Amino acid sequence: MADRINVLKTYKTYVGGKFPRTESGRHYKVYGKDEEVIANACQCSRKDFRDAVVAARGAQNGWNSRSAYNRGQILYRIAEMLEGRKTQFVEELKPLGIHHRTAQKEVETTIDTLIYYAGWADKYQQVFGSINPVASNHFNFSIPEPTGVVSAFAPEESPLLGLVSVITPIIVGGNSCIILASQRYPLPAISFAEVLHSSDVPGGVVNILTGFKEELVDHMTSHMDVNAFFFTDPKVNKEYRKQIDENAALNVKRIVHHPVNDWSQHQEDPYLVTKFQEIKTTWHPVGF
Amino acid sequence: MADKEQTTDLQEKPFKPSSPSSKLDLNGFWEYADAPQSADFIELADQYELFIDGKFTKPASGNYFDTINPATEKPIAKIAEADEKDINKAVKAARKAYENTWSKISARERGKYIFRLARLIQERAREFAIIESMDGGKPIRESRDVDIPLAAAHFFYYAGWADKLNYAFPNKEVESLGVAGQIIPWNFPLLMLAWKIAPALATGNTVVLKPAETTSLTALKFAELCRDAGLPDGVVNIVTGAGETGAAIVNHDGIDKIAFTGSTEVGKIIMKSLAGSEKKYTLELGGKGPNIIFEDAPVDQAVEGIINAIFFNQGHVCCAGSRLLVQEGIANRVIQKLRDRMETLIVGDPLDKNTDIGAINSKQQFEKINEYLEIGVNEGADIHQSSCSIPENGYFCRPTLFTNVGQSNRIVKEEIFGPVLTIQTFRTAEEGIEKANNTPYGLAGGVWTDKGSKIFKTGQKIRSGVVWSNTYNQFDPTSPFGGYKESGMGREGGLHGLEPYVKLK
Repeated sequence: MADRINVLKTYKTYVGGKFPRTESGRHYKVYGKDEEVIANACQCSRKDFRDAVVAARGAQNGWNSRSAYNRGQILYRIAEMLEGRKTQFVEELKPLGIHHRTAQKEVETTIDTLIYYAGWADKYQQVFGSINPVASNHFNFSIPEPTGVVSAFAPEESPLLGLVSVITPIIVGGNSCIILASQRYPLPAISFAEVLHSSDVPGGVVNILTGFKEELVDHMTSHMDVNAFFFTDPKVNKEYRKQIDENAALNVKRIVHHPVNDWSQHQEDPYLVTKFQEIKTTWHPVGF
Repeated sequence: MADKEQTTDLQEKPFKPSSPSSKLDLNGFWEYADAPQSADFIELADQYELFIDGKFTKPASGNYFDTINPATEKPIAKIAEADEKDINKAVKAARKAYENTWSKISARERGKYIFRLARLIQERAREFAIIESMDGGKPIRESRDVDIPLAAAHFFYYAGWADKLNYAFPNKEVESLGVAGQIIPWNFPLLMLAWKIAPALATGNTVVLKPAETTSLTALKFAELCRDAGLPDGVVNIVTGAGETGAAIVNHDGIDKIAFTGSTEVGKIIMKSLAGSEKKYTLELGGKGPNIIFEDAPVDQAVEGIINAIFFNQGHVCCAGSRLLVQEGIANRVIQKLRDRMETLIVGDPLDKNTDIGAINSKQQFEKINEYLEIGVNEGADIHQSSCSIPENGYFCRPTLFTNVGQSNRIVKEEIFGPVLTIQTFRTAEEGIEKANNTPYGLAGGVWTDKGSKIFKTGQKIRSGVVWSNTYNQFDPTSPFGGYKESGMGREGGLHGLEPYVKLK
């Protein structure tokens, strides 16, 4: 008999900077590598998703109005917070059957990925924008602006690194997002929400739900106030893809499919940032 | 005629359109003599075939349709109707050309072919301008000074990119996609062709392009240029027809990329058709452009800008400034000046150099615009049309303003694609921006103010791909164009216009 009973953590969701339970009251069991129950996760509903979209939309403008420098600093702050809680995340990956050293590597790579994108916050506009030498007397320039609200699947594999590699290129460019965590192992995602919560990321910029992809995919791809959908599944069933694309047609949603086989390889790419950007061109006459 | 008092008056206040007391004298003062552009030297065949694999080819079905001059309602020529079999043939020719020639020749030589096309358009510019006006109804001044020169410029611009693609995409290897299927609208026929074909060829792709069924002629004339330029067979294929022909392109398995310009409605249908396929696509769709006039705007310039924003090309412009948002304090003055300026617009023969507003492109579009005019009136809006005369035959529409409208009116929400402007007012900048953005579209918008910081703030807040500040409807091959939200995805023009036609590794 142990001297002390451990206090188990209740994993909820992260919406609008708060940690609500699913409105549906449903849960599903999360198993470790030996099929033991580790925790109960929220089985989020359509309503949860819709609430998260409202939160994301509400936060997007403010987030985009932050200076690029400030967004970079906040991303860097997330990395700092994660660095300080490295051990917790390593421990949380272990029940999945991940070896200590591999888990440590995954957490460290996650931190480095955050720092990599933090550095892009005030640079991608320069690399991917342009001044255009038009033939008329006008000053003409094109700059990337955020697409808006992005819904995304975090990858099933790599519940921390994959999650952060999906979130970061979206938010670094001023978008807000709603992420559905790894279905099989959503726990690090919710713990990561705690990191976000203590990192100056405004509430609503990142919203994390847990639940079933099958149940939520239609809602996440058909919602009229979502501007883009991002997923990284390496293999996609053709019918499934077709459904996603057809839903996207409802409001000309941008579908970004970036297949990744192995998350342990670095998935850092500024071109991914541009997938969630729209180019805006401004004209102004030049003259006295 | 002038007594002494009047003369003195005139000397004190010489006529100047911008002085507050002066108003144009509209009673016969501004009579223009006819200034017709001669079309004598234009040679048009009675019948046009499909351009496939470098040859003009009869359509498999043997079917032809008439292309009509919308200013006279008379047929100009017969145009071949391509069906699935023809599309199949065109795609095969494009694939063969891609594999055997176009992807084999050096990027520099590829660029030189495109330079040749640019030059050939310039050499035959007037011919193209006249045909464009005859077939599509746009005023010769616009086709001569805007459409055709810009089309040539577009080929010039992208020709130079062909051997410099590595500079456009730092840290990436650039590959072409293969065969591009392209579907273009009827509002800027040759210019839209240039927007599609020039970047596709520069990046090493081959093309199957379908012009709109009401404006096929300049695309077929362009096919002649491809032949004259010695462009390898099959690199550019022009297939004519209507919606079904377009669907055959969209659904063809042998095509790697679809580029479409047209309505949001059709764009969504195309997205659905492409669902589950590996085809890359870009869409340039509809719009309902807000044109925001602040109280501190240069009013006379703004009025010119509003006129240009909505009446350019009969309002058949996806980025038209069709929603005027004017700050309350100057609303009455702006509306009065707009009405006065509208009175001076000449609606009529597209081939007359004095014409400001030509013919509505087709009977179908003419009916659609008239339907919207009725909807507007039935919704309770106040309609004002200029009193100009319009020709008896042909499809002509007087420039029209609607006031007393709200955000929920259909004429405010839906794209009319004609010379019809709705006018709303706002009090604060925030309200103006809110109204501007309250639309599923996001193609273009205008902002007028003499205050620099206000321009940038408003421009930043407008959710659209193009912002014209103290100007409107400017286009340039170096300048990216395309929509946010339901106005489409991807950019055409400029460095950003290359991306839709390449694979990056």
